Amino acid sequence: MSETNLTPARIERPTGLAMTMHNWKTALKTQTPYLMTFGIALWLGAYYLFVEGWELPRFNKLPGPVEVITEWLNPDPDWGMSLFTPEYYDHVVVSCRRILISFGIATGVGVPLGLFMGWSKIFRDYTFPILETLRPIPILAWVPLAILMFSGFETPVIFLATLASLFVTTLNTLLGVDSIDDDYFRAAKSLGSKKHHIFFHIVVPGALPFIFTGLQISVGVAWFSLVAAEMVSGEFGLGYLIVDSYMNITYVTMVIGMLTLGFTGWASSVIVRMVGNRMMQWRLRALALEGR
Amino acid sequence: MQTETNTSIENAEKATIEMKSVSRGYGEKWDREEVITNFDLTVNPGELTVLVGPSGCGKTTLVNLIAGFDFPESGEILINGKPITGPGHDRMVVFQETALMPWLTSYQNVVFGPKLRGDLTGQDLKKKATDLLTKVGLSEFMDKYPLQLSGGMQRRCELARAMINDPLLMIMDEPFRGLDAMSRELMQEFFVRLFEDGGRTNLFVTSEIEEAIFLADRLVVLSNRPTSVRKIIDIKLPRPRNFHQLTSSEAFDYKREAMELLHEEALKGFGAAAGESQKAFMESLTKTPS
Repeated sequence: MSETNLTPARIERPTGLAMTMHNWKTALKTQTPYLMTFGIALWLGAYYLFVEGWELPRFNKLPGPVEVITEWLNPDPDWGMSLFTPEYYDHVVVSCRRILISFGIATGVGVPLGLFMGWSKIFRDYTFPILETLRPIPILAWVPLAILMFSGFETPVIFLATLASLFVTTLNTLLGVDSIDDDYFRAAKSLGSKKHHIFFHIVVPGALPFIFTGLQISVGVAWFSLVAAEMVSGEFGLGYLIVDSYMNITYVTMVIGMLTLGFTGWASSVIVRMVGNRMMQWRLRALALEGR
Repeated sequence: MQTETNTSIENAEKATIEMKSVSRGYGEKWDREEVITNFDLTVNPGELTVLVGPSGCGKTTLVNLIAGFDFPESGEILINGKPITGPGHDRMVVFQETALMPWLTSYQNVVFGPKLRGDLTGQDLKKKATDLLTKVGLSEFMDKYPLQLSGGMQRRCELARAMINDPLLMIMDEPFRGLDAMSRELMQEFFVRLFEDGGRTNLFVTSEIEEAIFLADRLVVLSNRPTSVRKIIDIKLPRPRNFHQLTSSEAFDYKREAMELLHEEALKGFGAAAGESQKAFMESLTKTPS
């Protein structure tokens, strides 16, 4: 066929470090990193001018960027919390561990639940009303129940974070199964697939793009319900740190807690995205062809 | 017919499809739509039967019935004398838009069926799949995903995925729709070679008359809804086919006959859809001497 003549000599796909280096080099040639840096600088500049430079009303009570960053990097912090104090890491580690557990449970339960709901009409008829009734209840409304049901600090907090992201994951997975084109099911049936083949070879891979979109949202949801839960109950964690510093009028520490939360949350969704891209090479290559 | 010139495939199993007064409609009692009524057709073994009909006439419903995705409300469909009870790999469907799994490479797509069923394993499977992919010109694209292939390549990959199952019947539901004119012509030529080489029973659905005449042993012109057979035209152009035959007076006569029938049927559908105000315009159209 004529199309075969168009392929140039084959060049091996680089692996490991070589690939990473290549990706970095390519990224530095685009405008993205520079625009991002500029965006951050712009935001920081405005923050500085409003709070510390011009001391505008309403802003002058807030801790400014210079103050926050100095404190954050201070080996001997004025308010007791910086990159050099072990307590800082205690809070980060505790929150991350809780996210890992609750996001893990939510994914482990939510993805199979959504897949089954999408795959089996009967199972969906049983479960869908419950899901739709529980889903709109805000996580703060669950706090009293969680405290009644579970003892200690740890379990209620994890329960609340799990619950919120479970709903997101389940619903997105379910929609993912619904989104699969009927022709794939028909093709698979013609080719002699049994029911379980269809589940593993059509339903699961077909729903993956939606599942990972759902997981990126659900890891974010897990973070903000975790922080809400930590604010109500708990003795460690970034949510607790923020509320505790507010109570103790150490606003600088409060902002450090907030920024730390932002960065950790960002990192967690980057990880989810990377895992998704790894599992969906077919999609990645197709998008690359379109120049994205 | 074409089997006389090609002895290698005389042993190949081929299906006869008999449709006996098949009817299928959809919708509740109060807004029922009869799609197919009393449809009778026999698809002869080893022949390429082309169904051509006005758009929306229920061609896809026919395909679904024969493929076993859907069932007739009355009448019966027999494959080699046995009723069809569901989808099976004795009847392979090539869909309108590609139905290759986008998450599998072309090679993985081709081996999908035999691998799951366990019909072929190891080296046998690998050899057969590689041979077929080479035959359809995709040997260099075995590790590519469908979305990385051009439209024409996707259709050829889909042909390979169907053929690896050695089906008794190939059902092609407007398989070249959506391809540009050039690729479409190349695919038609490629497909006709493939058929002449294999002699499988083929049911090909299209709305393009030239395509139909170029490919067909028998051309079945369908009526407007509810669908029945309007006329069967035997296309006696010699095989192997080539595009020059389409300019012969013989082909022109077939084309003229089929077009007149189709035009009539299409007008019926158009007239039914148009409001009263369009009646006069429609009549002026039908009165135009052909």
